[in-house]
Amino acid sequence: MSRAKGREGASQSRTDWRDQYNSWLRHHRLSAADSLRRVLEHPWSSLLTWMVIGIALALPVGLNLALDNAQIVSAQWDSPAQISLFLKSDLAVEDARRLELQLAGADNISTTALIPKDAALEEFRELSGFTDVLASLDENPLPHLIIISPVPGLAPQAVITLQEELLAMPGIEQAVLDMEWLQRLNSLMELGHRIVYALGAMLVLGVALILGNTIRLAIENRREEIVIVKLVGGSNAFVRRPFLYTGLWYGVGGGVIAAVLLGLTLWLLQSPAQNLAGLYQSSFSLQGLGLMGGLNLVVLGGLLGLFGAALAVSRHLSHIEPR
Amino acid sequence: MISFERVSKRYDEGYDALRDVSFTINKDDLVFLTGHSGAGKSTLMRLIMLMERPTRGDVLVDGINLASVGSRAIARHRRDIGVVFQNHQLLFDRTVFDNVALPLVICGYDHREVGRRVRAALDKVGLLERERALPVTLSGGEQQRVGIARAVVGRPKILLADEPTGNLDPALSAEIMTLFEDFSKVGVTVLIASHDLALISRLHHRIITLREGRLVTGTAT
Repeated sequence: MSRAKGREGASQSRTDWRDQYNSWLRHHRLSAADSLRRVLEHPWSSLLTWMVIGIALALPVGLNLALDNAQIVSAQWDSPAQISLFLKSDLAVEDARRLELQLAGADNISTTALIPKDAALEEFRELSGFTDVLASLDENPLPHLIIISPVPGLAPQAVITLQEELLAMPGIEQAVLDMEWLQRLNSLMELGHRIVYALGAMLVLGVALILGNTIRLAIENRREEIVIVKLVGGSNAFVRRPFLYTGLWYGVGGGVIAAVLLGLTLWLLQSPAQNLAGLYQSSFSLQGLGLMGGLNLVVLGGLLGLFGAALAVSRHLSHIEPR
Repeated sequence: MISFERVSKRYDEGYDALRDVSFTINKDDLVFLTGHSGAGKSTLMRLIMLMERPTRGDVLVDGINLASVGSRAIARHRRDIGVVFQNHQLLFDRTVFDNVALPLVICGYDHREVGRRVRAALDKVGLLERERALPVTLSGGEQQRVGIARAVVGRPKILLADEPTGNLDPALSAEIMTLFEDFSKVGVTVLIASHDLALISRLHHRIITLREGRLVTGTAT
């Protein structure tokens, strides 16, 4: 008897659990559809909200994209770094030539060029116009010079190591690495990335707050309804759900707008960028968001929408109690 | 079904709405609650619905001491109570059908069951043919009947009504009281707050009278 009763109790609770799950699911569907209907009921104001969120999301993502593209371009410039080796002034031309041959045989050096000091002086005479001054000198003050370029694609750090190794060799007075402008560019871009991240963080926070405020207004507009729902037994979760979905729809719409804006901008910039690259004999073409990037943007928008709505709901909904 | 044990309610402003009130209402009783405005009728109802907590004493509903019902369980507690409000408290942007369906949607019934029950409730109050109407297009009496349909659609154990005939003419009021009597006959405990003494004295049900927060008559069960 008691066993039969126990079994009955168990199956009862199982169906209860299933009923509860079904009704929970049903209400989620209902809330999602109802919120979407309300958002679409006012297409202009919703579009404005979507645009605000879309632009706020597109700005940092677009800037980041621009920096990524700039990095791709600058990566192509990494190889032509040169190292100028000024040899000791007492070194004979034959020794300099021997040194050049020795360097040309190294694995990480692609080309070498020796400029003997006599040739350098001649060139300097022609270019500077100090013919008289130079003629008055007893001896040639210039050293022999070897210009080397590292093999293409050598990492900047490896180039610096190479420079240090060369400097340690006998017969070399000074090794000047012609790469500082590239380092400056790189650190400038690093700074740019940081600025974009900071800007992005602020704009993302802004999006959450804008959405929070939109949801707060929606809550205020439906205050009476919330009171009535609570009076006839609606739980806090039940009251909360439609507003969370409203936030989700605003966020997702904003994400879609952001993806569309970025797609349009890239499409507009694509052919001028290609023209420019063509003038520099480069095969570079603009890298876009891609499908996954666009989807990520939509998901990010949705998450921000949920977050902003949760913020507003936790802040304002608990204050609305039947009086 | 409903039992007050030495209940007092003092509001923060120092005003005593109820003073040492004790009574018991049995299952399927129909009881009138009367007294001047400000005598504590609304406070008494709000205590049953857990819109307020008593300052002293215990309120028991269906054998459960409401002091043990936490704030998270309030919604569940209210689902067992149907309430009819004086100002109807209808959603004016929803149809009659959707208004009546609200408690069922909250409980998560599937839409076939919702349709069946809502039509049964609307049929009971004689508004079946108005289910697609918006509340603004209804008369006061019709709006009140929508409120009653919403209160009973979830088949609650308890039905509370706060001045349900407040601004209705005598014929409509009598009609609505008959509705409440029908519900009490099918096992619902009904508590009606009303100051329409002429009407309720004709109906021969138990009357609880409050005066300045104290119980004057109706202690016996």
